[in-house]
Amino acid sequence: MKIDEARRYHKIDAVIVGAGLAGLRAALEVAKSGLSAAVITKVYPTRSHSGGAQGGIAAALANVGEDSLEAHMFDTIKGSDYLADQDIIERFVNEALKTVYEFEHMGVPFSRTEDGRINQRPFGGHSAPRACFAQDITGHVLLHTLYEQCLQHNVLFFNEFQVLSLLVKDDVSRGLVAWDIREGGLHIFHARAVLLATGGYGRAWKVTSNAHANTGDGVALVLEAGLPLEDMEFVQFHPTGLYKHGILLSEAARGEGAYIINDKGERFMKIYAAAKMELAPRDIVSRSEQTEINEGRGIHGQDYVYLDLRHLGREKILSRLPQIHDLALNYLKVDAITDPVPIQPTAHYSMGGIPANVRTEVIRDAAGSVVKGLYTAGETSCLSLHGANRLGCNSLQDAATFGRIAGIHMTEFCKKNAFADLPAKPLDAAQAKIDRLWGGGKERHAPIRETLQVNMTKTMGVFRNQDDMLKMLAVIKELQERYQKVGVDDKGQAFNLDLIEALELENLLSFSEVIVEGALARKESRGAHFRSDFPKRNDGEWLRHTLAWRRNGKIVMDFSKAVVIYPQYQPQERKY
Amino acid sequence: MAKIDINVKILRYQPAKDEKPHWQDFAISVEDESTVLDVLNEIHWQHDGTLAYRRSCRSSICGSCAMKVNGRNVLACETPIHRFGTKLKIEPLSGFEILKDLVVDLEPFFAKLKRIRPYLILDKPLPDKEFVQSPQQLEQIGESTLCILCAACSAACPSSWPNSDYLGPAALLKAYRFVFDSRDDGADQRLEIVNDKNGVWRCHTIFNCMEACPKKIKITEYLSRLKVKVVENSL
Repeated sequence: MKIDEARRYHKIDAVIVGAGLAGLRAALEVAKSGLSAAVITKVYPTRSHSGGAQGGIAAALANVGEDSLEAHMFDTIKGSDYLADQDIIERFVNEALKTVYEFEHMGVPFSRTEDGRINQRPFGGHSAPRACFAQDITGHVLLHTLYEQCLQHNVLFFNEFQVLSLLVKDDVSRGLVAWDIREGGLHIFHARAVLLATGGYGRAWKVTSNAHANTGDGVALVLEAGLPLEDMEFVQFHPTGLYKHGILLSEAARGEGAYIINDKGERFMKIYAAAKMELAPRDIVSRSEQTEINEGRGIHGQDYVYLDLRHLGREKILSRLPQIHDLALNYLKVDAITDPVPIQPTAHYSMGGIPANVRTEVIRDAAGSVVKGLYTAGETSCLSLHGANRLGCNSLQDAATFGRIAGIHMTEFCKKNAFADLPAKPLDAAQAKIDRLWGGGKERHAPIRETLQVNMTKTMGVFRNQDDMLKMLAVIKELQERYQKVGVDDKGQAFNLDLIEALELENLLSFSEVIVEGALARKESRGAHFRSDFPKRNDGEWLRHTLAWRRNGKIVMDFSKAVVIYPQYQPQERKY
Repeated sequence: MAKIDINVKILRYQPAKDEKPHWQDFAISVEDESTVLDVLNEIHWQHDGTLAYRRSCRSSICGSCAMKVNGRNVLACETPIHRFGTKLKIEPLSGFEILKDLVVDLEPFFAKLKRIRPYLILDKPLPDKEFVQSPQQLEQIGESTLCILCAACSAACPSSWPNSDYLGPAALLKAYRFVFDSRDDGADQRLEIVNDKNGVWRCHTIFNCMEACPKKIKITEYLSRLKVKVVENSL
């Protein structure tokens, strides 16, 4: 082996893709056991989008009022519109308290009650004040604390690396190939165990709260490796996206008592969810908002409504919600202390993703057969913990708890299993992607991405119908063809943003097709997936998960994976 | 919203072909409500695909897009262009090696963070639940935990430019954050690390870091408190 080849070949027990909460928590667990753990991330770890989570992390600590694990479990089941697997939720609520106390012991600066305990606030769909928070920067402080813990425990970091292919053969994961963004060149990561923790896929939409990095790379890589995706049609639209920008204004605002009002100044949630009002789950609030807008009661008849914080008063806004105040001021020149803030629904969270079991092992069929050595956790995974709609604050808890669980199982796996051989010519698939873009077709990535995003926002939003979705499918097919002719201007090795964005676009186009196919197939309305042409939930036919593969260029679906339901939590009508 | 014509001057450096950085002008038309990041995206997507810069969250929390615009260190994503009129001059953060265009080498910056042992050091047993910390105790460190590690402070610090070994404002602020955390038992170790000519004493209270901080953290004040603590601790 030549020196350069050696530099680009890494043999590491556990390789973790993604440096958000799930990835870092898993890496920490593996590293503490004495095994080698490497995190591969396309941005610096503290730039990961877990840091964008504002409101809190859910756990029934009962520090502020009564609460119980059973209540957390039931709220999550009901919030999911009964599509979540209840064995997963049971594991989740049982581990949630430990996760939060562990974070506190690591030094997370949680906001405090007067008697010095972790403070908690109400959040949408939760029946008790369950969101443990640090002002409105909860994700930020959790992410930074975990990163610092990883530094202490000598986790290896490959910052600014873009994963281009998974080395999976004969249902065994062997490692992966990644592009070094900083210097250029492909690297082989040979691993006993691989974790995919690449976050969400909101960048397929024009109006989104997601970061530029949230291009669903993990789900696209899995699809490319011949493995299935689950429940991809379920995408959460957050009701309080900053108008036009889509940037998140935390649900913490409503947790602290903010109103949502229409052009007539009415708190319209009284029509749609009289008991919970603004603190109904996100799917319901977003749908109500969009209904008000569609029926002409948006502000000045336009496509937005108001988030009103004014009655909370200056002190509460600045002490509890300083980031929200800053965002409205910086981006819209609106001072939330004196004026209501224009908002609209924004693509926010991916409930669907890479199917996995309660041990976070990636599964490859409805029967639950696993891919040996391949794991997934966090937003990119579909366990399914959130079902058809996630409750606020359950995502940070999901990422951290199942990140830890992934770390535990990966450690066990690494101790029992040797490195599986790499497949022949491991670099070829990744090299082909780069060569094609450098080959220099005339199409450019930016207009293709823009067309995809604009149309996804138009057709795959809060309300969906068959005609729109068939049109969307045709648009995606056409864009996929145009993508074959994309070339990049930048032919350089170092920090080639042009190349990275073109590679990410291939991923967006790939999984977007699965989202549309899944949404077309699911002829019912459940949670965040609402079909105007099938407005009712249909438990008879659709109390099941969708699995989708790409085979010979076509999306193939399987609906035989039933939802895990306990006798005591049978589906009921969902009212708030 | 209306379109306006602006002139953007960007300091370019492509390592494969340029010996040194040089200015390039772009005359473009953008929405008047655009941010600096919108302008860079417009150039990158519509005019010159070879332009390189870092960005991710678009909402002032990830810290990727700190750069110098018309002489001030800002986050490109949260900075509206109307602040600068129709002429923008964009360059990478000072004091770091330029990798390409607006992308600088942040490895030394993150390596300094590790030097101050940025994690809770405990010699007491863990409680069953949380450590008790009063709101007043939290208040001591609350603002310092806002730091997004964007490096705008270090890039603005004249003490940092000529001394690559100087810990710099961000790592020292992190040291403050742990030394003043009521739960931490590692103050002695950390105070010893920062009690050095390349530690707190290299801070000359110039206040540039504070002015550059997009999160408006009173960095200089916290570093001064850290200095006092170092002195108290060595008495």
